[in-house]
Amino acid sequence: MGACIAGIFEHPARKAPDKSVAQLHAEVAKGALQDAGLSREDVDGYFCAGDAPGLGPLSMVDYLGLKVRHVDSTDTGGSSYLIHVAHAAQAIAAGKCNVALVTLAGRPRSEGSSGTQPRSWAAAAPDGPFEVPYGAATVNMYAMAAMRHMHEFGTTSEQLAWIKVAASHHAQHNAHAMLREVVTVEQVLASPMIADPLHRLDCCVVSDGGGALVVAREEVARSLGRPCIRVRGMGEATKGQDGGKLDITTSAAVHSGRIAFEEAGVTPADIRYASIYDSFTITVLIQLEDLGFCAKGEGGRFVADGNLISGVGKLAFNTDGGGLCNNHPANRGGMTKIIEAVRQLRGEAHPEVQVPNLELALVQGMGGVLSSRHGSATLILERA
Amino acid sequence: MAAESGPGVRSIAAPLVNAEIKPYFDAAAEGKLLIKRCRDCGEAHFYPRSICPHCFSERTEWQASAGAGTVYSYSVMRVGGPFVIAYVTLDEGPTMLTNIVDCDPESVRIGQRVRVVFRPTDGDSVVPMFAPA
Repeated sequence: MGACIAGIFEHPARKAPDKSVAQLHAEVAKGALQDAGLSREDVDGYFCAGDAPGLGPLSMVDYLGLKVRHVDSTDTGGSSYLIHVAHAAQAIAAGKCNVALVTLAGRPRSEGSSGTQPRSWAAAAPDGPFEVPYGAATVNMYAMAAMRHMHEFGTTSEQLAWIKVAASHHAQHNAHAMLREVVTVEQVLASPMIADPLHRLDCCVVSDGGGALVVAREEVARSLGRPCIRVRGMGEATKGQDGGKLDITTSAAVHSGRIAFEEAGVTPADIRYASIYDSFTITVLIQLEDLGFCAKGEGGRFVADGNLISGVGKLAFNTDGGGLCNNHPANRGGMTKIIEAVRQLRGEAHPEVQVPNLELALVQGMGGVLSSRHGSATLILERA
Repeated sequence: MAAESGPGVRSIAAPLVNAEIKPYFDAAAEGKLLIKRCRDCGEAHFYPRSICPHCFSERTEWQASAGAGTVYSYSVMRVGGPFVIAYVTLDEGPTMLTNIVDCDPESVRIGQRVRVVFRPTDGDSVVPMFAPA
């Protein structure tokens, strides 16, 4: 017996100028509990990251009126929520809680924050004085990973563009997606350059909104009459600059992926659907290589020609449109990656993008900045 | 030293300097680039720390860099730019984040040889940047 994702909810809003961040957290919490068929009083564990207003989990536990015996506010940026699922499963196994609630919400679109600006928290970090003066923002830092990948492996802008093209093919079926127009490789390349070699359409959207999960002890989940999505494997890892011995074309997904695959007892060949963190097109390409879907340096060829389009290619990815087309609430995309993987395993994805008879799915998250320091987390989920 | 102003000159945010890294910025104000080297494992590192990130020894010492290096990667930022962010691998070993200046942003390439120059920030500090060698 293990832990299952018993409830999911994705906020439908993509712009929420008239709501507070705490309010959005509460709305997604209600939604996920309703989806699971559980009540607030069933929750005895709460998980959140830095998007939650207040000190760690304290304000949100109080705001939501929770009575919990286990909390965890691990923050590795956008990958936090995958780690929360892993930690919730571990806490459930250790008897620390039975029903864990995980929430994410934010309003970067209403507040005017985006990846072209230096990160607000960076100045006081030990690395801050050596990065802030140079205009390091999310987009130009990921762009340097793309530039180096092109240099080492011959990856092209056309190959990166295929990742956006695939996401747009999926997003056309998502009524909530911010960008629903199907785009071509040529349209991606014709969009304005933001930070060479990344064009505007190589970048994810900036959106308000949020999402929530309920992770429950398997006995609890099975009693609810909903599909039971078991956490079969989980891995987490971090990577930094290693004192100046940089390697920015390989991510910590090498480690988190290996740990998750070993724990699940499966290989990339067993995976037909994957939610892959997609802050930028290059983020997807590097993680696919590092997870072992193809060899290092082969990512460009792997993603080309529609290989990530559901029903067309070998590996369907981000069938909700992902961060590239659907949403990226709080500038943290891990939560929505998990939610779409659960929809796929339940058979509740849009019929046009549903992978038939899916039993296994992979979720890959990345948080922070690939080319300076980041957290990676990998989940392998199964329909139990 | 006052920061340059005018069209095309980016505002350079001042670093938050603390006691651990003050010697680095004091040296930069005098036109010198310092790195740290460990007296136990012999490895140089960047950004500078009091305890070696490679072997965890506290026996680190400041060392002058020759200020020469090679572009490891770069990107031309078009929003609020153009300006060139880059990682430069110093001849002493470590790679550091920086800007490439005093050149056409379109001319920067991976593998290009560069040399250190110094630029004032919006605050009191001076920071190292690099220009084509």
